[in-house]
Amino acid sequence: MNAILQTLETKPATLKGKDRYKSGVLEYKKMGYWEPDYQPKDTDIIVLFRVTPQDGVDPIEASAAVAGESSTATWTVVWTDRLTACEKYRAKCYRVDPVANAPGSYFAYIAYDLDLFEPGSIANLTASIIGNVFGFKPLKALRLEDMRLPVAYVKTFDGPATGIVVERERLDKFGRPLLGATVKPKLGLSGRNYGRVVYEALKGGLDFTKDDENINSQPFMHWRDRFLYCMEAVNRAQAATGEVKGTYLNVTAATMEDMYERAEFAKELGTIIVMIDLVIGYTAIQSMAKWARRNNMILHLHRAGHGTYTRQKNHGVSFRVIAKWMRLAGVDHIHAGTVVGKLEGDPNMIRGYYDVCREGFVPQKLENGIFFDQDWASLRKLMPVASGGIHAGQMHQLLDHLGDDVVLQFGGGTIGHPMGIAAGATANRVALEAMILARNEGRDFLAEGPDILQEAAKHCLPLKQALEIWKDVTFDYASTDTPDFVPTADFTA
Amino acid sequence: MRITQGCFSFLPDLTDDQIRAQVQYCIDHGWAVNIEFTDDPHPRNTYWEMWGLPMFDIQDAAAVMMELADCRKVYGGLYIRISGFDSSPGWESVKLSFIVNRPQEEPGFHLARQETSGRNLRYTTHPYATDLPEGQRYAVSSANSSKNSR
Repeated sequence: MNAILQTLETKPATLKGKDRYKSGVLEYKKMGYWEPDYQPKDTDIIVLFRVTPQDGVDPIEASAAVAGESSTATWTVVWTDRLTACEKYRAKCYRVDPVANAPGSYFAYIAYDLDLFEPGSIANLTASIIGNVFGFKPLKALRLEDMRLPVAYVKTFDGPATGIVVERERLDKFGRPLLGATVKPKLGLSGRNYGRVVYEALKGGLDFTKDDENINSQPFMHWRDRFLYCMEAVNRAQAATGEVKGTYLNVTAATMEDMYERAEFAKELGTIIVMIDLVIGYTAIQSMAKWARRNNMILHLHRAGHGTYTRQKNHGVSFRVIAKWMRLAGVDHIHAGTVVGKLEGDPNMIRGYYDVCREGFVPQKLENGIFFDQDWASLRKLMPVASGGIHAGQMHQLLDHLGDDVVLQFGGGTIGHPMGIAAGATANRVALEAMILARNEGRDFLAEGPDILQEAAKHCLPLKQALEIWKDVTFDYASTDTPDFVPTADFTA
Repeated sequence: MRITQGCFSFLPDLTDDQIRAQVQYCIDHGWAVNIEFTDDPHPRNTYWEMWGLPMFDIQDAAAVMMELADCRKVYGGLYIRISGFDSSPGWESVKLSFIVNRPQEEPGFHLARQETSGRNLRYTTHPYATDLPEGQRYAVSSANSSKNSR
């Protein structure tokens, strides 16, 4: 293993006094952005980047440049640094490790003083951390892998408007994953037909239905029409079952004013949940989180667009970092992967995302892509949502991978049922309840899963049919985003 | 109709052995076990009547099953649910909740629509059972309770 890892020159290089501020160009590592002896403070924000320098660029210099360009540096020495407490404001790269099995790439650990950031602002945080630096020429590629957010900074955010516990209390649903479905086809249905799907799915046994990310207000269906018909469906289903039901009304729109208008209308109609897309931007998300908290609304986030920058491991932002930002920003639900479904997701990485969303304290766990201990300081918990290519026959695997506090969303796996939407919903609900019952009884539900489902199908024809029709459906492809780590690799310690 | 609140309402009614296993699951996780009953099945009727205090310090599900049997003797014609409560930091709420007894007849709900401005509607869910005064809403059926307490 060591043979493929090169040794790095890791001595401090910072110039002091007059030499440091002589006009001209200076290597970043000599300007104070490489401080291998630096001990990060408890209040520092620590960031791990995967740095891929251009050929011939010294990895330490490249990492120092990342620290510099994401904090105070510019390309040349400026005397005005000396009007500031510049040593405090410089981000400090303090450790660089070669990435295991990825020649030419390096993990750079960079510490940022808390005073570099505006309290409670994801926009400000990201403008530094993923600002100019991602286009910096001496780098071939750059990826933000993980962040340690100090408690002092976490406490400046409101966090999820509702949180997992209060969401469950409002819904009066405990002890099992929640069930949902996205209305399909995602485009083209009229409001009246759309509401039919919502009604059937909720009456059949789902807790939630969901607008898709690109359902806003199109020629085939005006948003008001959708909201009105959906709430008729929700209330009818509630009366038919005696259960609290919800449908995520997507209020994503062109402007904040439009979004507020749609959200207010949704509230007036009595919905318990509204939805936004990640593409509306961090500031809009934080605004909607504040609105949701003010109006006792659960806020669902669809991560539309994230695949453009989370999926390739050499460049972009890891989804675990997006999940951290979204927990700070204050959404209640976030799509975080299914493991077994149709969308990208390595099981270990997804475990890491789910921990980020749901735990009060997330310990470092390299095999799950978690590089730092993260204390969430009692910030409310964010409910992960598993959606995309899952069906009732996978219930034992879903429960094993994802646990109880998750929304399992079966879109095709509900609406595609041969006996109809309500039957599809019933199949999913029966499969879930049977699996929870068996697990709690102490059975090895993962090994016995198929048997447990077959037993349950004896009293539930829709489940029997679902198991038959989707029995061979799996999405077994290699993941592109997998953890790279060697537990013992530490070249600067 | 059959109200589907609780964790296992889509399965056939649980036998006492099945209930005991779920209660033991709660106890093994350190959760307090609570028995509650009601004659108002409205989905937002949060506070069912408590059958005594939650049982915090029990080791064996048998104690809960005795209490459940006693509760059924009195309220066997109503809804009874069992819940497990977790007092751990960061949760401090219910972890599992399921119905263990229900009336023989469940009349369901009336959905009242009040037309307001535009095409807006205001909805009210009204349980038919609550048209009658408390104590008269469901036939108290010892047959039902004996059916469940095998």
